[in-house]
Amino acid sequence: MRIRALTMRIYRQFMRDRRTLALLFVAPLFILTLVYCIFGGTASAPKIGTVGLPDTTAGALRASSAVVVPYDSAAAARSALDDRKVDAVLAVTDGKPALLLEGSDPSRSRAVLLSVSAMQRTASAALFQPEIAYLHGKPGMSSFDAFGPVMIGFFSFFFVFLLAGVAFLRERTTGTMERLMATPIRRHEIVLGYLGGFGLFAILQSALVACFAIYALGMFMTGSIWLILLVNLLLTLTALTLGTLLSAFAGSEFQIIQFVPIVIVPQAFFSGLFPLDGMAAWLHKLTYLMPLYYGGDALRGIMIRGEGFRGIGIDVAVLLGFSLLFAALNVVALKKQRAI
Amino acid sequence: MKTTNLSTASVKKWTAPEQTDALSLDGVSRSFGDRTILNGISLRIRRGELFGLLGPSGSGKTALIKLITGIDAADAGRVVVLGERVPSLPLLGKIGYMAQSDALYGELTAKENLMFFGAMFELRGARLAERISEALSTVGLAQEAGKLVSRFSGGMKRRLSLAIALLHEPELLILDEPTVGIDPALRVSIWTSLLALRERGTTILLTTHVMDEAERCDRIGLLRDGSLTAVGSPADLKADTGAATIEEAFIRLGGDRS
Repeated sequence: MRIRALTMRIYRQFMRDRRTLALLFVAPLFILTLVYCIFGGTASAPKIGTVGLPDTTAGALRASSAVVVPYDSAAAARSALDDRKVDAVLAVTDGKPALLLEGSDPSRSRAVLLSVSAMQRTASAALFQPEIAYLHGKPGMSSFDAFGPVMIGFFSFFFVFLLAGVAFLRERTTGTMERLMATPIRRHEIVLGYLGGFGLFAILQSALVACFAIYALGMFMTGSIWLILLVNLLLTLTALTLGTLLSAFAGSEFQIIQFVPIVIVPQAFFSGLFPLDGMAAWLHKLTYLMPLYYGGDALRGIMIRGEGFRGIGIDVAVLLGFSLLFAALNVVALKKQRAI
Repeated sequence: MKTTNLSTASVKKWTAPEQTDALSLDGVSRSFGDRTILNGISLRIRRGELFGLLGPSGSGKTALIKLITGIDAADAGRVVVLGERVPSLPLLGKIGYMAQSDALYGELTAKENLMFFGAMFELRGARLAERISEALSTVGLAQEAGKLVSRFSGGMKRRLSLAIALLHEPELLILDEPTVGIDPALRVSIWTSLLALRERGTTILLTTHVMDEAERCDRIGLLRDGSLTAVGSPADLKADTGAATIEEAFIRLGGDRS
């Protein structure tokens, strides 16, 4: 009964706090849309200036999706490169080809090299031309599709962590926690009540974020939406329990924000947004401590590789374990507020 | 020593054989680090008594009240409330507590605040509704039940805090500075309700800064630097110190008016 009353109270407080509702529900969609705009498109075609290139070769270069700009002299091509009108200059002098790349943006350089190597393949009579197919994903999959699943998890985690932490802390700083502790409520009832109240909004938020990414932004997705929702729910549950637990060690809202660079940012790095293969092995083991790593791994597995429950079972179990651990620690941490 | 005289006098006066104590403190001490906040406090309050705790700010009044509710634990000594050793969860259900700062949920209406705390004390249904309207009218907030607490004035918040403390008809009412920030007319009406509660047998322990409020208590205790320096009825304290007013008595006993 007390748990239900606490859940109900949090629900009411939330519904009357429009700004916080907006932060929880609108902000992730806004950022996700931005990320989609930045990473979702395919890179524009590289511009390659040419000097003295035979017509057939230039044709092959055009066919490899490059914009070809012929110049009369090497000097004219060079000044165009200086002005960054072209990304590279391909010049043939005395029958020897030379490629000069502008080079300040690695992604443009890579695009030029891709075009040039594609041209070489078509120009030379290809003896060894493999047929290309994808086991997972699809040709022309954007980076948005590749790290989008992790982003979905990250937003759910981040916003719920922040809100739950601040709400729980505010209960302490406004004195209502002490007031609550002067009633016969049990410590675990407080934690469960918070789980209920925030859990409700966490479920709605994670469902909204996932559906928006998949159905509105068209994020690549082959798995089951229900599994996505399950993983996202567990991830927000972890964020909720971790946020309320850590708020016991903060004295003000500002100190909750101070947890962000310590708790949230490292998780973003280790969550699979960036490749970690080059990392030292011992450092790599740190990923096992990061809830977001398990969430990101599961979400990616479901969305890109179409994994079923069997494939993500371990991730689900670990996330559930994290939540239970943090909630139990929180019940203990509340002893700071009242001896029993 | 004057202090001992007063204490034994008051104990003699109040230990009627059929009475059991509502509250008994036995050598209660509490310190934070090397700062001693409360130093060997012993005190008995009988059931149905209206007891006032006086003392300058920083003398340990609030710390003592937290030990009595069981929010905080004593380092040494025994705290027994309504026959139960503190801390005890079931005991908290028999205590009404009003903290010094108004601990209310601003995003909720007055009624929703009461509903929430009512649920904490496992009041429900018709009984809860009846208690809410009774508590609200006691503090004169019946008309404001549906208003958001964030729009309340300081005095209204204080009254709502009191209504919450009264909600579950506690046997022991603990009020930390109940009339701070409340205008004189309302203070009179709150005191009327407190005296009515005492008539019905509720034990009341309150802290106050206001001397004429101290005068209305059955007994008062003066807390100074974490020690109880005097306990007795206002009349006794005045007589023993030869003072004309409570204010004067406290100055003679070494207490500040603050």
